[in-house]
Amino acid sequence: MSKTAFRLNVNGQDYEVLVEPRKLLSDVIRDDIGLTGTHVGCEHGVCGACTVLIEGKPQRSCLVFAIQARGQSIRTIEDVADENGDYSTLQQMLHEEHGLQCGFCTPGIVLTMEAFLKSNPDPSEEEIREALSGNLCRCTGYQNIVKAVQKTILRGHEEDKEIASL
Amino acid sequence: MKPSPFTYHDPHSLDEALALLNQYGEEARIIAGGQSLVAMMNLRLAQPDHLIDINNIPVLNGIECQDRLLQIGALTSHQDILQSELVRQSCPILTNAAAHIGHYAIRQRGTIGGSLSHADPAAEWPMIAILLDGEMEIAQLSGEKRTLGARDFIQSIYTTDLAPEEILTKISFPCLEENEGWAFKPFARRRGDYFIVAVAACLTLDQSGRIKRLRLCLGGMEATAIRLDEIEQGSIAHLPDENWIREVAKAACNEGNPVDDHNADVEYRRELVEILVTDALQDAFKGTQRG
Ligand SMILES: Cc1cc2nc3c(=O)[nH]c(=O)nc-3n(C[C@H](O)[C@H](O)[C@H](O)COP(=O)(O)OP(=O)(O)OC[C@H]3O[C@@H](n4cnc5c(N)ncnc54)[C@H](O)[C@@H]3O)c2cc1C
Ligand code: FES
Ligand code: FES
Repeated sequence: MSKTAFRLNVNGQDYEVLVEPRKLLSDVIRDDIGLTGTHVGCEHGVCGACTVLIEGKPQRSCLVFAIQARGQSIRTIEDVADENGDYSTLQQMLHEEHGLQCGFCTPGIVLTMEAFLKSNPDPSEEEIREALSGNLCRCTGYQNIVKAVQKTILRGHEEDKEIASL
Repeated sequence: MKPSPFTYHDPHSLDEALALLNQYGEEARIIAGGQSLVAMMNLRLAQPDHLIDINNIPVLNGIECQDRLLQIGALTSHQDILQSELVRQSCPILTNAAAHIGHYAIRQRGTIGGSLSHADPAAEWPMIAILLDGEMEIAQLSGEKRTLGARDFIQSIYTTDLAPEEILTKISFPCLEENEGWAFKPFARRRGDYFIVAVAACLTLDQSGRIKRLRLCLGGMEATAIRLDEIEQGSIAHLPDENWIREVAKAACNEGNPVDDHNADVEYRRELVEILVTDALQDAFKGTQRG
């Protein structure tokens, strides 16, 4: 089957790829672009490990063909820490609260929750668990992930206060 | 597994998409959110030779309300419906139903038109469309449009009245009346799963507090969601008291022709219906007392 050449914008950088239209975004990100932080678990939308941000929204990269994402901005886990490698608050809290063990689910969880917290900065525990329900974790039992998200929110409030008191 | 090869088409207008569908007929499949189709393609349960992406046809997207009719473009995502203030005000049962669909990331991409065209018997939109007698607007190559009520559109498991050359373009729902009580009660074992059984109800009362109209719908009991027409008719002019709720719940649980499957056996489904109908009618009644 013939390949098609197109450009993908991942983490602010343009990549020229040459792939068949049937190639999933998850596979192009991993195999062609070489960013292997996006994990692939189930390939039918259930586990959430492959979640990336497309135009700022968390989406399953295993349920999108790469060719469909032409012209859209894609963000993967590699872009969450800053250029010095310093973790985002959420990543730091996951680290401190033992919100991961094997780490397979973590990239999907980080991107889902980064987007979720942006659109819903002060969620209840119930809302956090609802948003987290689309990401399966076989190690942690979720408690510490929820704690990490809650601590991220608290940290945000503290920073807001510091800014306000300046 | 990986999907089998296909040719990708990216039409930018409805006419272009219809022409492609007409050209390739049964060999073509529309892709909207892809949240059911791509999963099926990855499992090779679907192997279209031509994939026609309708995501770049803006006219298919959007929500408006005219003459107490809420109109939702087929390509509108579950999340956009969930977040729409217009929907919350005119037809809040849709907001509630949207919140039960899958997960956060699935709702961002999945569309109402895709869900209705897919016609999963345990999906939210087909059931709500049957509850509210939603109208499907369908576009054909000839430039003609036809409209069809939800009960005629959804025919069986994964089966609708859509011909391979047609595109579902818009879904209209009559707005709920002021002081109309409503409830949507799905039962699933895990958050975000398709429901095993669900009950949806809308209730309005007349001046004297008797039932003016009841709409009652069961999901998970047959190949499509079913409306309980006889119970609806029989409830008119009744007092909406605990007795009536008990009678309706008892009668409703004998309706339908459910299957035994790995999720639940027949007896369990019937028991669920009784409990969920009771819950739904109590909530719907409370809703009528708000104003
Ligand atoms: C993990 C997971 C959990 C889910 N949980 C739920 C749930 O709890 N409840 C629920 O209801 N759904 C659930 N879904 C399914 C989801 O809601 C899908 O979005 C929906 O079923 C299909 O919509 P889509 O836009 O993604 O359609 P697609 O997958 O793109 O298409 C589905 C079918 O409809 C056809 N089609 C699409 N649009 C049109 C159109 N406008 N005209 C004609 N034909 C069209 C396609 O050709 C295809 O055959 C879940 C999905 C996943 C992956
Ligand atoms: S790999 Fe995409 S959701 Fe599991
Ligand atoms: S940390 Fe191992 S799956 Fe979540």
